[in-house]
Amino acid sequence: MMQPFPDEVLEHVFSFIESDKDRNAVSLVCKSWYEIERMCRRRAFIGNCYAVSPEILIRRFPELRSLEIKGKPHFADFNLVPEGWGGYVYPWIEAMALAYPCLEELRLKRMVVTDETLELIAKSFKNFKVLVLNSCEGFSTDGLAAIAASCRNLRELDLRESEVEDLSGHWLSHFPENCTSLVSLNIACLGSEVSFSALERLVSRCPNLQSLHLNHAVPLDELPNLLRRAPQLVELGTGAYSADLRSDVFSNLAGAFSKCKKLKSLSGFWDVVSAYLTALYPVCSGLTSLNLSYAAVQSPDLIKLINHCPNLQRLWVLDYIEDSGLEALATSCKDLEELRVFPSDPFGAEPNVTLTERGLVFVSGGCPKLNSVLYFCRQMTNAALVAIAKNCPHMIRFRLCIIEPHTPDYLTFQPLDTGFGAIVEHCKELRRLSLSGLLTDRVFEYIGTHAKKLEMLSVAFAGDSDLGLHHLLSGCESLRKLEIRDSPFGDKALLANSGKLETMRSLWISSCSVSYGACKLLSQKMPRLNVEVIDERESSDSRSEGTFVEKLYIYRTVAGPRLDMPGYIWTKDRDSAIRFS
Amino acid sequence: MSSMVTREGDLELEDTELRLGLPGTDGCKKEAFPSAKGSKRASQPGNLDASHGGCQNAPAAMKQVVGWPPIRSYWKNSFQPLKAENEAPGIYVKVSMDGAPYLRKIDLKLYKGYSDLLKALENMFKFTIGEYSEREGYKGSEYIPTYEDKDGDWMLVGDVPWDLFVPSSKRLRIMKASDAKGLGYGI
Repeated sequence: MMQPFPDEVLEHVFSFIESDKDRNAVSLVCKSWYEIERMCRRRAFIGNCYAVSPEILIRRFPELRSLEIKGKPHFADFNLVPEGWGGYVYPWIEAMALAYPCLEELRLKRMVVTDETLELIAKSFKNFKVLVLNSCEGFSTDGLAAIAASCRNLRELDLRESEVEDLSGHWLSHFPENCTSLVSLNIACLGSEVSFSALERLVSRCPNLQSLHLNHAVPLDELPNLLRRAPQLVELGTGAYSADLRSDVFSNLAGAFSKCKKLKSLSGFWDVVSAYLTALYPVCSGLTSLNLSYAAVQSPDLIKLINHCPNLQRLWVLDYIEDSGLEALATSCKDLEELRVFPSDPFGAEPNVTLTERGLVFVSGGCPKLNSVLYFCRQMTNAALVAIAKNCPHMIRFRLCIIEPHTPDYLTFQPLDTGFGAIVEHCKELRRLSLSGLLTDRVFEYIGTHAKKLEMLSVAFAGDSDLGLHHLLSGCESLRKLEIRDSPFGDKALLANSGKLETMRSLWISSCSVSYGACKLLSQKMPRLNVEVIDERESSDSRSEGTFVEKLYIYRTVAGPRLDMPGYIWTKDRDSAIRFS
Repeated sequence: MSSMVTREGDLELEDTELRLGLPGTDGCKKEAFPSAKGSKRASQPGNLDASHGGCQNAPAAMKQVVGWPPIRSYWKNSFQPLKAENEAPGIYVKVSMDGAPYLRKIDLKLYKGYSDLLKALENMFKFTIGEYSEREGYKGSEYIPTYEDKDGDWMLVGDVPWDLFVPSSKRLRIMKASDAKGLGYGI
C-alpha cells in the first residue's frame, strides 16, 4: 500500500504522541508505521526489569533518550523479599552505554544500583540530565560523587527513599563550580552532614532550582540561608525542624519563608518543635502539598497549621491529627485530593490516639475532590465504608490498613465485605485498592463483579477459600498487579486462571496455600511466565509436591528465565532434577 | 470467623475446595503465623513469640508479623514518635538506705532490668552491690537490696522476673548486710 505521507512527515506527527499506550497503538497499524515509530520513540517505561531484556529493548528502540525501570515487587517495601533477590540495573547500563550514548534520563525504582553502575553512568552519557533513584539500594556516596563530578548538565538528582551507604557528605562538593543546571535535588535519605557552604554555593549558582529536599542533618538555623539563595523554590523538604526557642531564629526563618512566593510543597519536618511551625504561615496560603509524615505534632497544633492552608490538595500526616483534626481538615481544605494518615505507634497493642473511621468519613464528606486515600487505623465499620463510597464516587486509590488482621466491623462484628463492596460498586474509576480487616470470599465476589478498572490490588489476611482468588482473576478485567499474603488461596484458582496471568504484570503470593506441585504445573503450562518460588527455609531436595510454598512471584516475560537468581529461588529451568516424594 | 491459614505439610483440602455456597463457619483452626524472618533490614521492636494456639486474637500485646502493618523500613528508621503525652505515668517508689538521713524516689519505668536498677542505686547512694545468685543472694556485698511487695513482705531484689517485680514492688530498702546476718543472705 502506498504511504500518503513521506516518513519525515509521519515522524513529525508521531512526535506529538507521547503516551506509551498511544505509541504502542500507532506501532500496530502497519509495518511501516511500526518502523517509523520505533526509530523515533524517545521514552520507554519498563514496569518489570525481568519482563524484557536490554538487548530486546535496544533492538526495538535504538534512539531512546529516557528510560524508567522498576525492579523488585512492591512487597519488598515491607521486607517480604529476601536480600539478594535481584533487580540489578548494571546489565542495563552496560548495554546502554554502548547503545544509547545520548541517554539523558534514568528513573529507577526498587532496583539495586552499585557505585560501579553510577560511575559507568557518569562516564558513558555525555548529556545525562536526570537521575531518579526511588527506593533503590546498593550504592554509596562515592557513586554520587562520580555523578556530581561528571554530569555537566545534570538537572535532577533525586534519591528519594533510597538506602545509601553514607560514607561522608563530601560528595556534594564534587559538583563543579560551573554546574548551574540543577532543577531538582533530593538528598533527604542521606544520614551524614553535607558541607553547608558547598550546599549554599550550589544553590546560589543554580537559578532554575525548583525542588530542594534536604536531609535531617541540615539544621533549622541553616534553612533561612538556603531559602534566601533560592526564593524561586516550588518544593522544599526541610531538614531537622527543631531548635531552641529563640526569637531571632524564628524571625529569620519566617522572614526567609515570606520571600518564597512560589512555594507549593513542603515536606521534611523531622524532630519538629511545634512553635516553629508558625514560621510557615507566610507560605501556607499557597501550599498545595504538605507532607508531615515525620512530624510528631499534636492535633491542636496541626489544626492551627491546616487552617492556614485552604488550598491544600495533598496532605500526608501522622495519626496524631486524630478525628478532630480531620474534621477541621474537612472544613478548611475543600480542594483536598489526596490524604495519607500514617500510624505513630503501629506495633502498640492499644490505640495511642483517637483516630477512627470517623475521621475518614469527615474528610470524605467535606472534600468533594478526594480521590486518593491511604489510611491506617484500628477500627472500621461497614457503615463508614459505605458512607465514604457514596461521598467519593471519583475515588481512584483507596488503601485502608486496619492494623490488627481479621478485625471485624466493631459495631456489628460482621466482616467488612459490604463496606468494601460499596467502595468498588460506587467508585467506578477505582484503579488501586488495598484491603484489610475481617473479609470473606464475598468481598472478592464484589470486587470481581464491580472493579472493572482496578489495576492493582493488595490482599492480606482475607478470604476463606480459592473461590476468592478465582473471583479476582476471572472478574477484574484491568488487573495488572496482584499481591496477596496470608490468605487461604491455593492451587485450584491459580491453575484454573493461568491464562489471566499473562495479561498481568505480576502476581505475588506469600504464606498462602499454593503447593510446589501446582507451581511446577503452572511453569510447564505457561512458558511465557516466570514462576519464581522463593523459599529460604529448606533445600530443594526435600520439597514434596504437596508442600506449600513460602513465597511465589509470577510475572510475564519475553526475556525467558533470568540468570541472576540467588540459591533460594526455584524455577522450572533451574532444577529439572527435582524429585518429588 | 474466617478460617485461618494452614501451614505447610498440613494439607487441609477444605481450603482449596471451590464452594458455591456462603462460607460456613468451620470452627476454630489453629492459627499459625509465619516466623519472623525478614531480610536484614527488618527492625521491628519487641519481637514477640509469633505463634500461639486458639482462635481469638485478643492477646495483651500486638502479635508481630513480618511486614505487617505495611510500613516502609525507611519510614520506621527515620521517625521519632511523640513521647510522654500519651504514656502512662511513671512507677515511683521510695528507696531507703540504712544509715542515710533521707529517702529517695525513683521511677522504675526508667530501667530496663535489674542490672540497670542496681547500677542506678549504686550511683545514687554511693555503695557497691555484689553479684546476685539465686542460691546465695548478694554474697559478698556490704548492702543488700530488698523490696516490700504487695503482700507487705520484704523480698530480695532479683528473685522474680523484672516484669513481675516492677508492678509488685511498693518500696525499696537497701539493707546493711550485717543486719541480714543469720538469715543466710550476704556475708
